[in-house]
Formats: sequence, C-alpha cells, structure tokens
Amino acid sequence: MTTEWSVRAITRAMLPVLLVLTMVEVGSGLVLGTFEASLYRYPTLLVLVPVTIGTAGNLGSILASRLSTAFHLGTLSFSPTDEALAGNAVATVALAVTLFPLVGAGAWALRSLLGGAQLAVTTVVWISLASGVALAVLAVAVTLVATYGAYRYGLDPDDVVIPVVTNTCDVLGVVVLLAVVELTL
Amino acid sequence: MSVLAVAREAYEAALPALGASLVGGLLAGVVLGGMQAELRAVPGLLVLVPALLATRGNVYGSLGARLSTGLHQGLVEPRVDLGNRRLRGAMAAALANGLLASAVAAVAVFLILTVLGDDVARVTTLIAISLVAGLLSGVALTAVVVVVVFAGYRRGRDPDTLVGPVVTTTGDVFGLAFLLLAVRLVLAAGGGA
Repeated sequence: MTTEWSVRAITRAMLPVLLVLTMVEVGSGLVLGTFEASLYRYPTLLVLVPVTIGTAGNLGSILASRLSTAFHLGTLSFSPTDEALAGNAVATVALAVTLFPLVGAGAWALRSLLGGAQLAVTTVVWISLASGVALAVLAVAVTLVATYGAYRYGLDPDDVVIPVVTNTCDVLGVVVLLAVVELTL
Repeated sequence: MSVLAVAREAYEAALPALGASLVGGLLAGVVLGGMQAELRAVPGLLVLVPALLATRGNVYGSLGARLSTGLHQGLVEPRVDLGNRRLRGAMAAALANGLLASAVAAVAVFLILTVLGDDVARVTTLIAISLVAGLLSGVALTAVVVVVVFAGYRRGRDPDTLVGPVVTTTGDVFGLAFLLLAVRLVLAAGGGA
C-alpha cells in the first residue's frame, strides 16, 4: 500500500483492478438481465438478489481472510487433512445453513408487509437455502483455489484473494440463484 | 485444534457481522423490489445494478482499509480534519475512482446490450444515473467509513475488523437507495428511454 496518499498514486494502484472487477460485475448483471421476466413476475425474488449476492461474497471474504491469516502465521498446509482448512470450510457451510433460511423467511415477510407476496413461504425459504448451501460450497472451492494460486505465485493473499473471491462470489450468486429458481418454479 | 474446535471458533467469530450484513442486504432488497417501475422505465438499469453495488464495496472497502493501515502506521490522526492532505487525497481518490468505474460500467452495459440487440436506454441516461448515484452514495459512504473507522479506533477497536461489515451493510442500502433517487432525478430532468 502506498504511503503517498495523492489521488494520482492511489488511482494508479487501484484503477486497473477496479475496472477488471467492474467488467466481471457487468457479466453478473447480464446474467441477472436474462432473468428479468421472472424477477418482475415474482418481486420476492428481486428482494433476494442483493442479500444472496452479498452474503455469498461475505462468506467467501471471511474464509479468505482467515485462511490468509493462517497462511501468514504458517499454520496452514494445503492438504485435506489440515485442521484449519477443514474447520473453516465446515464453518462456512454451517453459517450458510443457519443464515440462508432466515434470509428467505425475511425476504418473504418483508415482501408480504409491502403487499403482493405471491410465492409460498416454503418456496422462498427453499430457494434461499438451496442457493445458499450451493454458494457456500462454491465459495470454499473458489477461496481455496485463489489462496493456493496466490501462494504458488508468491503473491500476498491479502491483496489478491479477497477482491477476487468477493467479486467471483457475486457473479456465482446470481448464476446459482437463477439456476435454483429455474429448477424450482 | 481439532476440526470441530476450529469450525466452532470460526462460526462464532463470523456470525454477528454476517447477521448484520444480512439485515442490510434485506433492506437493500426491499428497495430493489420497490423500484420495478424505474427498472422498467430505464431498460439496462437492472444489468447495471451489480456493477454499481460492487463498485461501492470495492472502492469504499479499500478506503476503509487504507485509513486503518494509516492509523496503525501513524500516517493519519483519528480526527476528521479536512485540512489534512492525506485524508483529503484518500477521500478524493475514492470518489473519483468510484465515479469513473460507474461511468465505465454504464458505457459497457450500453454497448453490450446494443450489440446483443436488447432494449436499452440512451447511453447519456445510463451515464447520468450512474454518476448521480455514484456521487450521492460516495459522499454518504465516505462519511460513514471515516467516522466509523476513526471512532472505532479511538475506542480501542481494531478498525480492520469494522471496515468489512460496515461497508457491506451500508454499501448495498445506500447504493440502492441513492440509485432510486438518481433514477427519479434523471427521469424528472427529462432523460427518458
């Protein structure tokens, strides 16, 4: 990180990565756009979009920052029997199983308060839980690949892994939500 | 530590911040769910939403990380002093980069949808909405990040652990609320599809 805090120095460090990530997110928007008709037909799904994307990105970035720290402390080895690795992966999936049913119930309840909840509460909770668990598993996979890649190429995982994981999980969030909705409705 | 002990510790550490960002995400969703009329009035706006929201997270998350590092290194004082050149530089850079990325996203969405032959609003409309939304949410998020990081630091909390949850929680809510306001302003000013 630069110690010279001028607009030019910060922009030089930040802008290239920012623009690449913006293009990745435009890709996620294009997927969202293909799903426009279902979103307008069932506004509850529109309520689910930001929270599903955000929670998936957060699960990935928390896991990434914990693995980065373990990596810096030298307590991480990339083997399936590694306790830090397995424990954090289990926690990520457990967090998804706890939180996503609440996300679904919350989206349904808020939409009902505003009037016009057309989907059954069980349907919304199911869509949210199924997407959440699938995303947690994908977030674990993406984080492991990105952390391992940073390690192999001698990059500091703190600089690289978190933005990559957060933005990848954003895109996956839209894709997985779309897939689960297509399979369910 | 055994796998279960690690898992339990990681679970308990993450739950409060995730729960808070979940509430923020649901509120953001309510705003998005309530802006169907605007999304229909400006074709292409829905495609632009993820890029605009992620820009908030990327730019202001990075501002927060820079400020916490600066506090740890003694480069800035935990006081809101607009005469401080470093602080002003960091805030101006976040705003400028956020606006630039938002405008680039608007142009990219317009070009891609035009090439695909999809219905899309005028490029000037999309750019105007992105810039107005980027400016309003940028000012609000800069204020939130600076105040939370400095206040947290003064109370002896590690600002690094505050930045992530605060930016993700407020970023989506402010991002969408100001996007709604920006669409209404631009449509009222005559920038229709």
